[in-house]
Amino acid sequence: MNLIALVGNLATNDTLQVVALGSVGLGLAGGVLGTFAVLRRQSLLGDAVSHAALPGIVLAFMLTGTKAPLVLVVGAAAAGWLATLAVLAITRHTRIKDDTALGVVLSVFFGFGLVLLTYLQRQPSAAKAGLDRFLFGQAAAMLRGDVVVIIAMGGAAIAVLVAFWKEFKLLAFDPDYAACLGYPVRILDVLLQSLIVAAIVIGLQAVGVVLMSALLVAPAAAARQWTDRLGVMAALAGLFGAGAGMLGAVISSTTEHLPAGPSIVLCASTIVVVSLLAAPNRGIIWQVLRHWRHQRRLGLEALLCDLLELATHHHDPEHGHSLSALAAMSGGRAGLKRRLRELHAKGLVRPVGAGRWTLTAAGRIEAARVAASHHPARHEDGCPT
Amino acid sequence: MNPGLEIQMVAVIVAAACALPGIFLVLRRMALLSDAISHSVLLGIVLGYMVTRDLASPWLVAAATAAGVATAALTELLRRTRLVHNDAAIGLVFPALFSVAVILISRSVGNVHLDTDAVLMGEMAFAPFNRLSIAGFDAGPVAVWVMGGILLINAAVMALLYKELKITSFDPALAAALGLSPTLVQGVLMTLVSVTAVGAFDAVGSILVVAFMIVPAATALLLAERLRAMIAWSLGIAVASAVAGYHVAVALDANIAGAIAMTLGAVFAVALVLSPRHGVVSVAVRRWRQRRLFMLQMLTIHLLHHETGDEAGRECAEQTLDQHLGWSPEQVRVAVRRALRDGLVRREGPLLVLTDAGRARAGEVLEGLTV
Repeated sequence: MNLIALVGNLATNDTLQVVALGSVGLGLAGGVLGTFAVLRRQSLLGDAVSHAALPGIVLAFMLTGTKAPLVLVVGAAAAGWLATLAVLAITRHTRIKDDTALGVVLSVFFGFGLVLLTYLQRQPSAAKAGLDRFLFGQAAAMLRGDVVVIIAMGGAAIAVLVAFWKEFKLLAFDPDYAACLGYPVRILDVLLQSLIVAAIVIGLQAVGVVLMSALLVAPAAAARQWTDRLGVMAALAGLFGAGAGMLGAVISSTTEHLPAGPSIVLCASTIVVVSLLAAPNRGIIWQVLRHWRHQRRLGLEALLCDLLELATHHHDPEHGHSLSALAAMSGGRAGLKRRLRELHAKGLVRPVGAGRWTLTAAGRIEAARVAASHHPARHEDGCPT
Repeated sequence: MNPGLEIQMVAVIVAAACALPGIFLVLRRMALLSDAISHSVLLGIVLGYMVTRDLASPWLVAAATAAGVATAALTELLRRTRLVHNDAAIGLVFPALFSVAVILISRSVGNVHLDTDAVLMGEMAFAPFNRLSIAGFDAGPVAVWVMGGILLINAAVMALLYKELKITSFDPALAAALGLSPTLVQGVLMTLVSVTAVGAFDAVGSILVVAFMIVPAATALLLAERLRAMIAWSLGIAVASAVAGYHVAVALDANIAGAIAMTLGAVFAVALVLSPRHGVVSVAVRRWRQRRLFMLQMLTIHLLHHETGDEAGRECAEQTLDQHLGWSPEQVRVAVRRALRDGLVRREGPLLVLTDAGRARAGEVLEGLTV
């Protein structure tokens, strides 16, 4: 499968355009709003809300008798919103912690929804088929109407987020300070949660419960690695989410038996793995490199100090010290000869006869500087052992 | 035995088996790991099936348990990089594993009984059809034996490691200092959770495993102050809800596990409102009492400060107290009425004056503050 064929497919295939556009919209909304969920350590709110939406969907169908996307989305949103309020209330008023509160609300709402769903299924008249589509998701079956709902609701949620950007920023990083400044913290809290709920419920039918909660977490967690600024993080998360949506939809459309939802999630997961490994400064590769560089520098400095210490205890400062003495002082650390070669290349040590080394004049100055910087109070009596 | 009784037996055993490890998940603030594990168990089952091509193979159980433990381990690994928080780590790991499982199902497993609906929902009503027969003798539903075994394992491991689980849950630093390995205990707990989730999966479905594990423990947390009491409450609530939920399901002709989860939720809601120590009602009453007591104390202290000197006429007049104390006139009226009734103050014209009892009360409070 090559890239040009993929892009060509995207340009000509009408169904794919719809699916791709919807997935991009979802990824964008999930990424931007997920930024706040991840920063406020509420990553699993998406998981809870998306499961808790089930009874709302079934009830909306039972009350209206239609399966129009908008009706079901409203039902899902109402149930999801109630669920977040329940979580907030439980954690605020009791000693139950947020993870347990989320677990309780998620599973009890889902159980209730399941009871409603099975009750409905066993009623003779009801044409209920397709309600469970909402749960497990069928991105490939997305219609134009669904995409319109996604773009309208996702766009509205992002617009509100931007309108209250300063307030939400304050809420995310220092809610106590926000309260001191007189902002209505509780109302802002509920508003932000509502926006997140909106982003989740529009995605349910496209990618399903589990996968929608991933779209909330993964792009934001990836974006967090690349920047320390909120605005940049939100933009990057939106970009990552949109990219994962596009890529996942296109790959799934060109491959047999590859459902779009999981394919989108795996694209997002790949972005996360790459970010965790390669992001500048925070990434794991950078951490390892930095650690390795520190170790190397410390090894050289310790060797300089050892030589200085030997020199101060010897009446002849030009005396060459044996490799075995240096090895004993460094506690048998490997790579002694390599480190001596490196210092020699820098002109800090020089060989005196066979296998004997001493500091050069520059080396003595450098060693004294290192010793002083490590033990400022003791620099006059040489290096610490 | 009739099918109804057999289903109730399965329900009770599943509920009790899930409730036990759930207690420690809740105490360790890892409740949602049960959600993650119960989803990624699917990956283990799919992989196991792809190797053995037999849905009844015991290797499936082993693979599923391994997948659950791997989820917990991956989450922990991700958390230790300190690049993401605990919640995000969970939210990153299990959707990815679940997605791999769904893709594998649709690509290679085909149309065997492995559809996601069955996995997520479970159907306890089918339990009596799958029977264990030993030498032609009917020994009852397989689920009773499997979950009964898991219940016994859970109970035995918890009895053996009770002290270790307790210390590592409440004070991991102390546990490490005493030479217990929190990582090892955590591993054992995660294995129990995974085994239980795998066993319960068929009967309950993956999401309601969360309800069976977390809700009894959360309810018990509202009712108990000690670990032993919490375990007893959890088990009692789990068993009672299992039986009651079964009857709800029969009455509505609905999914049994869902109805049990609903019942558990109802019990939780009742405890949330009515628990004698931690319920919303008793907390509200306690806060109201504290507020009233505090206002009474403030009133007596204010009067004590200003009872001598020139400003007494200004500071102690009943009409202007609201300005001096920063209260609303209504709050002043309530506090004054209360103080008069308790004999802490008396009226002298427009002024309020402390009685001896009131002076003593204010003195006590001030003494308590300065110590």
